[in-house]
Parts: sequence; structure tokens; C-alpha cells
Amino acid sequence: MPDKELANESRVSLNESHSMFEWFANQVVYAGMGLSPDSDLGAAVHFFVMDVAKIFALLVIVIYLMGLLRALLSPERVRDFVRGRPDWQARGFAVTLGAATPFCSCSSVPLFIGFVEAGIPLGVTFSFLIASPMINEVAAVILVGILGWKLAALYVLAGLLVAWFGGLAMQAFKPERWVEGYVWKIQMGQANLPEPDKSFAGRHRYAVAEVREIVGRIWKWVLLGIGVGALFHGFVPEEWVGENLGGDAWYTVPVAVIMGIPLYSNATGVIPVAEAMLSKGVAVGTTLALMMSVAALSLPEMLILRKVIKWQALALFAGVLAVAFTLVGWAFNALT
Amino acid sequence: MKNIKVLGSGCKNCETTARLIQIAAEQAGVEIELEKVTDMAQIMGFGVMSTPGVVVDGKVVHAGGLPGPDQVRNWVTQD
Repeated sequence: MPDKELANESRVSLNESHSMFEWFANQVVYAGMGLSPDSDLGAAVHFFVMDVAKIFALLVIVIYLMGLLRALLSPERVRDFVRGRPDWQARGFAVTLGAATPFCSCSSVPLFIGFVEAGIPLGVTFSFLIASPMINEVAAVILVGILGWKLAALYVLAGLLVAWFGGLAMQAFKPERWVEGYVWKIQMGQANLPEPDKSFAGRHRYAVAEVREIVGRIWKWVLLGIGVGALFHGFVPEEWVGENLGGDAWYTVPVAVIMGIPLYSNATGVIPVAEAMLSKGVAVGTTLALMMSVAALSLPEMLILRKVIKWQALALFAGVLAVAFTLVGWAFNALT
Repeated sequence: MKNIKVLGSGCKNCETTARLIQIAAEQAGVEIELEKVTDMAQIMGFGVMSTPGVVVDGKVVHAGGLPGPDQVRNWVTQD
């Protein structure tokens, strides 16, 4: 089965490039704690220790480097990039910039209002709101580290496509009528923010602050994701997965998407869960669909957006995304 | 008296920023008027999309993320 091969291949690349973490986990779990590699508990704890070490190390390194390069864009800059362009260009920028930068979902409301105020079409704004939680450069690097570059590329590509066409689909329903009235009335001022400190010391300070800010925000999700992945890895038998999740039954993908809607984690936290699922033979498309659904569709995010759009628009947003993720899942299951 | 506004709709970082400013002012022995602006229309009116934002005497000096300790000290003491 080709998708088994893909999963195997990514596991091989992972073992080669991160044998340091493997060694570390072996020392801690098998030598230190005296657990057996053949026991369920040993396998689960080993998975947990290895992924905690690897993911947090990668998180700190990647965010620090991004901060040093000042590669993380502020919403104000994104707005300036996107505004006043023809539709397809604006959408292109919205999707790529949304994918490039890990915004806190707490910025969604000012972002939405700022985009509306700049005359950016709502469909483009939705493209941005879809891409932003689902893909970011930090998650992309960790995806490469954990699942290999092929699956990372598939995930990013699928995410970009969903964001592009999801925004277009929203636009077709004329969502303007569901925007809360006060949003149209807000007048935005022009702030002249002070020039950032360009010296190395300034960059270093900024990068450290970014690491603390982002890791401080997402560490719970990441730990939770690793915990779930570890339990799945240690205690869910491969035969059970093969019978219930691995097959070619059409309904596994929509079930995965629907399960992912109430579940929420951030894009990084869902990676270890995907890792465990793939290693047990869950189909690639099904796994991708669940990842996207968990990362992009969430109740807290919806409640935040409810401040600017009415529930009809939220229901439509959830519906469009659920359909898109299902199509992506089916497409990848058919291709692999 | 210096007027410092913290812009933010109640996020945790906004609270922390306001507290940092309060503490810095007390340490420097400077009296300030600290205001928390939570109304989204007003926040956006300053041109700020990423919170917490900080406004000193009507001028935006910071937007997004926790400010560093040096920054906070500067806002309180500088003329």
C-alpha cells in the first residue's frame, strides 16, 4: 500500500535526523525508568518523552530564529500588504501571509475589523482567517521534523488550497449581510509605530520575547497533543485501527472531520496525534482531514468571531470548511 | 501628569502590561494616570490591531506582545 510506504518513509527520515532525541528517550524511559520497550506503557511513555523533547526543542529554535530575522509580521503590516489590490492578488497575499505567521486567535476580531475598514473583500478576509490557524511556519518546520517533508508539503499545500477556495465559497454567499452593524462604522486611525530596534541586542531581546509569548500560549495544547498521541501509540492496537480506521470506507473521512470540530488544539499540538495515527496505519487523507479540522475549526475561535459576524455566517464558515476538509481527505486517500 | 493608556479587550497580556506600567511608575516615583481602553472601536481608532497596545500622552508607542522592562521604564520616565 503506497500510503503505508509514505508513512514508513517519513518515519525513517525522522529516525535518522533525530536519533539524538531517540537516544535521549531510550535513556530516560528504558534505562532510567526501567520500562520495557515491548510493553504498552513503555511504548507510550517513550513516545511522550521523545516528542516532548523534540517538539519543544524545535519550537524554541524555530521561533527564536524567526524572531531574530523579524520574520513574524504584525497584523498591521499584513493589512497594508493586502489592501487595495485586485481580488486574486489580495487573496494570494492573504493566504500566504496567513499561513506564514502564527497569530493568536485573540487578534481575530481587530484583524477582521481592520480588514473590513481597509475595504478588503470579506472573501479575502475569510481566506486569511482559514489559513492563519491551520498553517504557520513554526508548525511547518515541526511537521517536517516529525512526519517528514513529503507529508509536511501535502499538509501545507492542502491548507493553502482550502484557504483559497474556502474564501471564494464564502464570498459566493454574500456574507456582508451577516457582518455586525457596528463593524462598518469603526474608523481606524493611522498609528506611527516606533521603528524597531535593529541592533543585534534588540533583535535578540525581541526573539526571546517571541519565544516566551508563543510557547507560553501554546504549550498546553502541545503537551495535550503529545499525551493523546502517546496513548494512541501505546494502547490502541494496530488491528483495531486496520478494521475501523485504515480501510477504504468512504465515511472515515467525514467522521474524522466531524470529530475534529468540537476538539480543538493549535496546529503544532495536533502533529503528534497525526504521528501516532499514521504509525498505526490510519490513511493519510483521513489523518490530514482530522488535523485540519482540529486546528482550523474550533468553538473558542467561533465564539471570538461571533463578536463581528452573526451566527449564520459562522455556521456557513464551519460548513464550508467541513466540506473542504472532507474533499481534501478523500482526494489524498484516493491518490495514495 | 503623564497619561498612559493600555489598549486591549481584556486579554491576559493586556492585564500584565498594565500591571508592569503601574509597578514601573511606582518604582520611579512618577505619578501617572493609567487607563485601560477595552472598547474595540477606540482601540482601532488608535490604528492598533495587535493588542496590547500602549499609548503615552496620545502617541502610540507599542503594539502587540508584552513590552520589555526597559521600554516600560522609558515610557514612565521620559518626557
